[in-house]
Amino acid sequence: MSKNSIVSLAKLDTNRSGKVVKFTAGPGLVRRLEEMGIRAGKRITKISGMPLRGPVVIQVGGTRIALGHGMAMKVMVELSASR
Amino acid sequence: MKTNGKKIVLMGNPNVGKSVLFYRLTGVHVIASNYPGTTVGYTKGYLTIPSDITVSPESRFQPGERVEVIDAPGVYSLEPASRADEVAVEMVKSADLVINVVDSTNLERNLCLTLQILESGVPAMVALNLWDETEHLGIKIDPEELEEMLGVPVVPTVGVTGEGIRHLVEHLNDARSASHPPRTRDERWPEMGRIVSSCQILTHHHHTFLQRLSDLSVKPWTGLPIAAAVLVASFIIIRFIGESLIGYIAEPLFENLYAPILYKLSALLGPGSILHSILIGHLIDGQIDFIQSFGVLTTGLFVPIGMVLPYIISFYLILSFLEDFGYLPRVAVLMDGLMHKVGLHGYAIIPTLLGLGCNVPAVMGTRILESKKERFIAATLISIGVPCAALQAMIFGLVGERGGRYVAIVYFTLFIVWLILGFIMSKAVKGYSPELIIEIPHYRIPPLGPFLKKLRVRISGFLKEALPIILIGVLVINLLYAIGIFTFLANLTAPIVTRLWGLPRESIVAILIGFLRKDVAVGMLAPLNLTSNQLVVACTVLSMFFPCIATFTILLKELGIKDMLKSAAIMIIVATMTGTILNLILSA
Repeated sequence: MSKNSIVSLAKLDTNRSGKVVKFTAGPGLVRRLEEMGIRAGKRITKISGMPLRGPVVIQVGGTRIALGHGMAMKVMVELSASR
Repeated sequence: MKTNGKKIVLMGNPNVGKSVLFYRLTGVHVIASNYPGTTVGYTKGYLTIPSDITVSPESRFQPGERVEVIDAPGVYSLEPASRADEVAVEMVKSADLVINVVDSTNLERNLCLTLQILESGVPAMVALNLWDETEHLGIKIDPEELEEMLGVPVVPTVGVTGEGIRHLVEHLNDARSASHPPRTRDERWPEMGRIVSSCQILTHHHHTFLQRLSDLSVKPWTGLPIAAAVLVASFIIIRFIGESLIGYIAEPLFENLYAPILYKLSALLGPGSILHSILIGHLIDGQIDFIQSFGVLTTGLFVPIGMVLPYIISFYLILSFLEDFGYLPRVAVLMDGLMHKVGLHGYAIIPTLLGLGCNVPAVMGTRILESKKERFIAATLISIGVPCAALQAMIFGLVGERGGRYVAIVYFTLFIVWLILGFIMSKAVKGYSPELIIEIPHYRIPPLGPFLKKLRVRISGFLKEALPIILIGVLVINLLYAIGIFTFLANLTAPIVTRLWGLPRESIVAILIGFLRKDVAVGMLAPLNLTSNQLVVACTVLSMFFPCIATFTILLKELGIKDMLKSAAIMIIVATMTGTILNLILSA
């Protein structure tokens, strides 16, 4: 994978980390995500992704958050250069 | 004792321990659990300012004064996203002082709400709760530095042990309105970053066993087997404890100690007298039968205490443990896919599971869902397809005698109805179903004291709510039998009951009594000599037909009259259809 590739949280592999770069969601959802600690510049690790477009579990800071697949597709992260 | 008319509101993000802190301050117990959204309404209590704290005459709180304290639902922001949020935001407006309860293990995220509270200008202070958990997570926070930066008192607290509470109360008079200018959201984030970087140090820590378990239970290939194991283990333990309590304690007490007294009373009253048939009921072959006799002192006491209470104890023991341990939000993640099929999202599994104990808190718990559509679907599905512990205990007691497969048919039917009805409602009910977004709490070993306290609150809650209704219910039923109202109703509804459901016409009485309490209603089926298949149909219809009066009241409150009537119409129609189909299948 190239150094600066940007993927959605839904596509990010489990156990990989990245930095949140932008949201493709509406302002209401962005606000909710930001209040829960998912903000541009934050480092996020994907803990789990349930099959069949199920929810994604991520870790940000000390918090684990589960979010629906649709929401996860709207959070874009920049992959870290290496594991 | 004088109440000074002032109001303190506890506010914070979901699942930071507000309810436990509230209990520490006021002594009023609120059900607290380890998942976001346990508190959906607010609870009021009173704190008496200790007489030995030092104050000045112009201090807000004087020693000996009683101050109202309010436990508000958790919110991430003062801009509300759900009904529970709105309740909380209203609370801030009316507060004289806000204690902002903060999860020390998640300082940065919690500061978003903190800053909003300080910007609103309300006098405030901060409780750094869960302080004891910071150490093993490698988090070091400097409370004095934080106090300096925020401009309001900051006190580390541990709700479950009570550490820091005294300190919190002593600093109530130091709480003040910090002069924070209103910030935009984009101005707030860097401010939060600045505060955290100057008063918190993170050091590396090794993952504990609980943290590894935490991750495993939300990954699909390990999480689903874990969930299945938890479900099976819970079921086995609940049955084992319930049956043991019945077999070794409840039944011997009733048979050996209580029955002899009743026989004396029976001889005294004389079988056949009116008082005898009300208090003792019918003698079956000259014997008192605690299930069938149906007197106030026989069946009226045996059903709630001898049959239901043991299961209430064992069910809430397991549920409370899973709640406090923090397992339930993981179930929400695992079940999200299934719940979307019925127009809900994964988090709706939590009120659904609560419904297996009692539908009343379950329907109230639907407030954690964001949209009106979801709340309608969830409340209707809970009322129709989720049997409460009292009902289940009776189903196990009565249907179980005929063989486990009959119990399984009842449960399977309820589940299928839940699934199909949910699927139809998800398409038919207008509105939107948002997606899941929840915080997954850390696993915590439940501290024994609060855990037992919560169990006691729930059990005594059952006794206080159920016992009077059952006793009065049995009395009223006996009186109504005597005036012949039930015969009239039985004749009136005979076509549905006998033709469609294949049941004797008298069983309508039990089904109607289900409106009062479902456990007693199932008990009323016992003397009817039903075949096993009839018993299955009767219990299934009874479970679905109509909510009990307590649930009915709460449905009315939560949904409003129009939606409640819709919901009730759905229940009656679906129950009638299900009874008919089940009867056709079983008698084929």
